[in-house]
Amino acid sequence: MNKVRPHPSQNERLLFEQSSSGKRAYQLPELDVPAVDAAEALGAANVRAEIEGFPEVSEVEALRHFTRLSTWNYAIDHGMYPLGSCTMKYNPRINELVARTEALAWAHPYQPEALSQGAMKVMAHLEAALAEITGMDAVTLQPAAGAHGELTGILLIRAFLEERGNPRKKILIPDSAHGTNPATAAIAGYAVENIPSSAMGVLDVGALVRIVDQDVAALMVTNPNTLGVFEENITQAAEILHRKGAMLYMDGANMNALMGIARPGDFGVDVMHLNLHKTFSTPHGGGGPGAGPVAVKKALEPFLPVPRLKRTGKKWAWDYNRKRSIGRVKAYYGNFGVLVRALAYILAHGGSGLRNATMDAVLNAVYIRKALEAYYDLPYTQPNMHEVVFSDERQAKLGVRTGDIGKRLIDYGFHPYTVSFPLIVHGALMIEPTETESKDEIDQFIEAMISIAKEVETDPQLVKTAPHATRIGRVDEVAAARKPVLRWKPA
Amino acid sequence: MRYLPKSDSDRLEMLNACGVSSPEELFAHLPEAVRLGRQFDLAPGISEYEIVQYFRDRAAENGNGYASFLGAGAYHHYRPVLVDEVVSRGEFLTSYTPYQAELSQGTLTSIFEFQTMICQLTGMDVANASMYDGATAMAEAAMMAARATDRGRVLVARTVHPEYRQVLLTYARNQAMPVEELGYDAKTGMLDLDDLESKIDDLTAAVIVQTPNFFGIADRVKEAARIAHARGALLVVVFTEAVSLGILEPPADADIVAGELQSFAISPSYGGPYAGIIAIRDKYIRQMPGRLVGQTVDSRGNRAFCLTLATREQHIRREKATSNICSNEALIALMATVFMTVYGKQGLRELAVQNLAKAQYLAGRVKPRFSGPFFNEFVVKVEDQPVDELNRSLLKNKIIGGLSLDRFYPELAGSVLLCATEMSTRADMDEVANAIVSAAAAKEVTA
Amino acid sequence: MYPENFRYTKEHEWVLAEGDLGTLGLTDHAQQELGDIVYVDLPKPGARVKQGDSLGSIESVKAVSDFYSPVSGEVIEINHVLAEKPETLNTDPHGAAWLVKIRLTAPGELQGLMSAAEYESHIGAEK
Repeated sequence: MNKVRPHPSQNERLLFEQSSSGKRAYQLPELDVPAVDAAEALGAANVRAEIEGFPEVSEVEALRHFTRLSTWNYAIDHGMYPLGSCTMKYNPRINELVARTEALAWAHPYQPEALSQGAMKVMAHLEAALAEITGMDAVTLQPAAGAHGELTGILLIRAFLEERGNPRKKILIPDSAHGTNPATAAIAGYAVENIPSSAMGVLDVGALVRIVDQDVAALMVTNPNTLGVFEENITQAAEILHRKGAMLYMDGANMNALMGIARPGDFGVDVMHLNLHKTFSTPHGGGGPGAGPVAVKKALEPFLPVPRLKRTGKKWAWDYNRKRSIGRVKAYYGNFGVLVRALAYILAHGGSGLRNATMDAVLNAVYIRKALEAYYDLPYTQPNMHEVVFSDERQAKLGVRTGDIGKRLIDYGFHPYTVSFPLIVHGALMIEPTETESKDEIDQFIEAMISIAKEVETDPQLVKTAPHATRIGRVDEVAAARKPVLRWKPA
Repeated sequence: MRYLPKSDSDRLEMLNACGVSSPEELFAHLPEAVRLGRQFDLAPGISEYEIVQYFRDRAAENGNGYASFLGAGAYHHYRPVLVDEVVSRGEFLTSYTPYQAELSQGTLTSIFEFQTMICQLTGMDVANASMYDGATAMAEAAMMAARATDRGRVLVARTVHPEYRQVLLTYARNQAMPVEELGYDAKTGMLDLDDLESKIDDLTAAVIVQTPNFFGIADRVKEAARIAHARGALLVVVFTEAVSLGILEPPADADIVAGELQSFAISPSYGGPYAGIIAIRDKYIRQMPGRLVGQTVDSRGNRAFCLTLATREQHIRREKATSNICSNEALIALMATVFMTVYGKQGLRELAVQNLAKAQYLAGRVKPRFSGPFFNEFVVKVEDQPVDELNRSLLKNKIIGGLSLDRFYPELAGSVLLCATEMSTRADMDEVANAIVSAAAAKEVTA
Repeated sequence: MYPENFRYTKEHEWVLAEGDLGTLGLTDHAQQELGDIVYVDLPKPGARVKQGDSLGSIESVKAVSDFYSPVSGEVIEINHVLAEKPETLNTDPHGAAWLVKIRLTAPGELQGLMSAAEYESHIGAEK
């Protein structure tokens, strides 16, 4: 195990535990206007008592606090995240720099349009690029995350069908789908009908033909699917749906496998979302922000969220006059700062660069599959693309599950892969290296996985009680859920 | 390409190991009909310098160096330098959602602190780890109230941010959730309580009010709570200007607070990314959307933090989840956490009072239209010149004036919403006041 | 291990009938499958159910399962112990961790349920 070695790691209390009255980390300038008495200005009943329990620390303590905390995290900057379906690729630092360009970062969403042409151009440029990449006709950048984009997309379908007299009742979702898909369908007011995958783990076209009827509004599909396998029958599926007046929604989470190779618009997709924080490198930041642009075919364009970017001559403007729009899904225009980063990413790559990225992403995943096939069970044997899914079947016989193996991987210096998803694989190990990993890093990952497979046979307890090398051991999630403590309180 | 860490010999070795001689072979199994078969119609990749130049060119096409009197849900506050220092650390910036607690104690600890501070600020029991923005937080709060009361109707004040109300409608339309508007008093600019009394019934799940409201006025939360609770409806209180909580009485009578944290060191950034929050009373915890961090112990007895109550969420509950939210605004919430730490208990109050002082100064020189008590925004009826003309003249002096209200409130055409923060200078405020008053004064003289 | 005087369902619920009062719970097999229980969501007293209706749900850290009523009737009482100590369902599923008491409206339904012996072979076959 030569990827990691122990090193003293600072402990750190909570802010409230080191707070002390009179400490301060700020200084406000002197007022250049007369001071006011808050009670006089607002009315005494409107003035609060002090914020009880709010911390008071110095600037040094504040910086040390967050710095120490940060050292307890793993991050892409440390090493690979083999998380399937997350596309944890390198977050380019130039993107951070340009997102902080003052005139863009400081722009108020309601400032005059004449003073916002630069920002609007950025968005228009990104819309056009994403349309080209996906093979679709129009793009909205308003949704703030993938799930938000999914909701937007399904609402677009609803509006389209409603205009035709019948919004229909249900959305078909494969049993291999990400949890946001059925959750989204429910919020959009549709019933969810599960469509089981075939024995090969892909779309069962025969089942689809039987199930699609006048009550079905759409099928939500991920392509390649959550097994990392390309849905070869996707065009056929699209035809089946269209013949019955239903639509095809694509979850674009796995777009990293397709760029420059195949475009969803070309294989029958009517509407899809993209995850800019996956395929387009914007940072995960510990859970967000993301952005979930939605790309549509012409027929759905009139329903896109309002406002839309419109150009008259050389001037860009926001068009609010969109009578058939589904309305707004977010205040203002979208996660602009995230959009800047995604555009910078696209500019850096260019068309052929994006294609090369996809090719390396797939090469890395297939390389890992070949190396680990002998050690982990491969439930589906078709060619995989940017990710590969093993099952823990072999190890489970010795009492060790995918979650344990993932935890042991931590001792080797890696973040675990995606554990227990998709649900159609028993005890799944879902691995997606992305294109920004070197052969070195990947070889070390492979070595670690092989070493663990051997440990399962010789010393399963070691794996079952992992991780051993971290600051903290496995946490008691049961206690956390039974008696939730969701905030600090003074003793 | 500088982000692809492979040499040609690496690639060759790996292709061999895969049993293929070219990368294209890895895609050979794709049906011919779906292949793109051409290059993307996109410009070739450019250098770092050229990327900087591209965005510099865009910046030049955007206004810069203007003083601004715009508020209306997005506020110009000073961003302490520590904020970007902390969030730029790779361990925060490039880390994943903290599902694996052993590798994420940094993120989890800071979220636990964030949840705590939001509760302390708002006077509520539990806060989540963030929503997309204030608008979607409000929509989710309405859906929460519907689930908790098993009722469908929502009443929302007209003085709630217009775009927030638009987002609510988009969500409500598909939830069999009728939404009705509550009026405001034309004198005070505050919620019309009579209108609320007349419209509320036993089917009302939630009454939604904003404070300070869109007109900047501290609204009638206590009275709205009384009326709502008497009919078994929940009170949802919304805020868009988080700094106001430094001095304003928190909405302790609320059942759910939905708010926007952009004021806490989040760049206005042409509308996003921002961070919404939802904070609630304990009893609604199982209906709460979004991620929650809880305190626990690890196998060695150390205090540790982890994501908890995940059975509410989409990855487990799927179509029965409390929300479809997955990615949130974690890094943005961290900005807010650092901001709250830098200012702290005294600083946040001092900052809020400075905002109050600036707005009072400006308001003293023009005449607020409404009599209600305001924080750092207020409405002014602009006499004797169209608002557009007033704002055009201000632009010549590199000042962006307030929001012309005819955009959202036709009944208030000819009025403007002015916002003054700790960053507004006396000189600029004098300019604005003079521009507003001069035309009227000229008229008065001749009258 | 499985009480003789209980009747069982395929979905691993049990019911003990005393006159027209039925006490319901989950079997030991069910709690093993679910793992450490963190929360039990029970119906309100007064709720009327038909055989097979969902009565509520059981949560572990990473999963949620609905549980179904083996009989038709009216919910009379729910077990408040489980709100404080959901772990009781793991330690005493056939006793202290009963879920719901129901006034039976169709006692004949009990005939169609499994005996202890039938249930034991059912779970044996499932393995």
